[in-house]
Amino acid sequence: MADKGRTLAEKIWQEHVVRSAEGEPDLLYIDLHLVHEVTSPQAFDGLRLAGRAVRRPDLTIATEDHNVPTVNIDQPIADIVSRTQVETLRKNCADFGIRLHRMGDASQGVVHVIGPQLGLTQPGTTIVCGDSHTSTHGAFGALAFGIGTSEVEHVLATQTLPQYRPKTMAITVNGTLPDGVTSKDIILALIAKIGTGGGQGYVIEYRGEAIRALSMEARMTICNMSIEAGARAGMIAPDETTFAYLKGRQHAPSGADWDAAVAYWRTLVTDDDATFDAEVVIDASDLTPFVTWGTNPGQGAPLGASVPDPSTIVDDAERASAERALEYMGLRPGTKLRDIEVNTVFLGSCTNGRIEDLRAAAAVLKGRKVADGVRVLVVPGSMAVKQQAESEGLHSVFVEAGAEWRSAGCSMCLGMNPDQLAPGERSASTSNRNFEGRQGKGGRTHLVSPLVAAATAVRGRLSAPSDLD
Amino acid sequence: MEKFTTHTGRAVPLRRSNVDTDQIIPAVYLKRVTRTGFEDGLFAAWRQDPGFVLNRPEYAGADVLVAGADFGTGSSREHAVWALQNYGFKAVISPRFGDIFRGNSLKGGLLTVLLPESDVERLWQAVEEDPTTAVTVDLVEREVRYADVVLPFEIDDYTRWRLMEGLDDIGLTLRHAEEVEIFEQSRPAWKPRTLAAAD
Repeated sequence: MADKGRTLAEKIWQEHVVRSAEGEPDLLYIDLHLVHEVTSPQAFDGLRLAGRAVRRPDLTIATEDHNVPTVNIDQPIADIVSRTQVETLRKNCADFGIRLHRMGDASQGVVHVIGPQLGLTQPGTTIVCGDSHTSTHGAFGALAFGIGTSEVEHVLATQTLPQYRPKTMAITVNGTLPDGVTSKDIILALIAKIGTGGGQGYVIEYRGEAIRALSMEARMTICNMSIEAGARAGMIAPDETTFAYLKGRQHAPSGADWDAAVAYWRTLVTDDDATFDAEVVIDASDLTPFVTWGTNPGQGAPLGASVPDPSTIVDDAERASAERALEYMGLRPGTKLRDIEVNTVFLGSCTNGRIEDLRAAAAVLKGRKVADGVRVLVVPGSMAVKQQAESEGLHSVFVEAGAEWRSAGCSMCLGMNPDQLAPGERSASTSNRNFEGRQGKGGRTHLVSPLVAAATAVRGRLSAPSDLD
Repeated sequence: MEKFTTHTGRAVPLRRSNVDTDQIIPAVYLKRVTRTGFEDGLFAAWRQDPGFVLNRPEYAGADVLVAGADFGTGSSREHAVWALQNYGFKAVISPRFGDIFRGNSLKGGLLTVLLPESDVERLWQAVEEDPTTAVTVDLVEREVRYADVVLPFEIDDYTRWRLMEGLDDIGLTLRHAEEVEIFEQSRPAWKPRTLAAAD
């Protein structure tokens, strides 16, 4: 290995191997473990049953996000089962000495929003969480991936995970994004191209001119949805944009430590002579706003296109899947995507609930009104994002346009709290999954960028800002 | 974890691809803090349709699920594995699984078996023609067998051994606690910490 160039993922992997033995998975050290209320209770129970402690509470942090209501957050959670789950997390964190950001706390928020915001997400680290969107943190050049509850317990007990070395995939995005086209459109177009299983078994590294030009927020949006292409992790090599984002944050290194860290972080690039197991190239200049029409994130098309005709799909399984999807979505082949009317617009989630997303949507909504009969939920990804938005007056823009300004949480991305679609309701959503029933039983989801979400709110039909007067 | 060596049962043909974990168990069922009782949430939306394959009397009691490609994509919820197990499934066969779901299943003793699409199609046809067909999932021999058909499958030696012995992963890792300690001593001081040093 020493003589051969290594990819970014291989470098970080090697730095974290505690133990490697022929015929066994590598034992990887975990630098940061993020915990939330849904996938952790059974793990803490497991520790208690076995009489085990949390090995490194100082590398562990918890937040309440999936279940929390986004209104009346000063009141106890009305849903008793949700409340019990959140209270269970509070007890577990108290018993095992883990830092917790509770509902209402200034640093509370969606787990993948608070990690970067606190400066805990750093280049070259290994990060796990019992949540598939942990891939988000790869935007900083971290190796970050989602795990199940058994693995959560494993990390709590040992701060390590046995893992097989994944294959590597380079996704190069050349060119320059046209105006009105965002990183959300890149990732949606990419998933439509390679499919929901296209990245299965790989760690993706996003590269190229268009990626380098993106802000940290926009990079997080892309890495976030790596899992929707089947890849557990997606990453981007750290650069000046990354360092500028991190500098001065609460948990970022400072003084001489900062210099040492940056010197190391600069080595975190794929070597010129490294090889990837697979490569995909797309051109950003060709992209337009992209939306989904089906029930998996790979079933998408440019906004200017029409609902596809399943009978033209050659692959049997894909055709059957498209037929089912159209039936569930209540759509007919040939309908222009721009003619699809929505009841609800959701702006938020770990994909697009950051300050830049709110700014982009507010710029479209400023001086405009939400269409009659359309409900618009704006849910900041964290309380810090909420506070920042309010200091910039964005909340007034949303409220004056007729949108609801909420508190932080996962909210309608997955409808574990009261923010749900009713059966048959249709949304334009900046979240990551358009699965059947994801946003509420019988609900129909179209995944969109924050710009498309805002324009759709104004016209009541799937739209881009360029469609507005 | 219960040991898994070989299992023979009847099979359910789930002729769907891209069955994400939100379909296996919707989010509203994830609020419980136990590992049991998730069977009511299994395929909750689809089970409301009387014609759904799990509701058909000829497949009652079947405990091998045969699904289309990309089974278990999406959310990392291990509740999807628990729901399948709580309902009674011992093994799932598919041409491709979501990575996190596959990892979760093999940690928890639900055997997930990869077979090529053409083999899955033949197996679907066989159990649709005769739902009483006995299907054997043999981890020892790494084979799926039914009627006179023998289909080899691949699974790595380490995972196979762990499943056959019913071993707890954490226990295995703790045997190497000393190596973890040595590794920790080499970590740079500036790596992030969530608690102040005094804690």
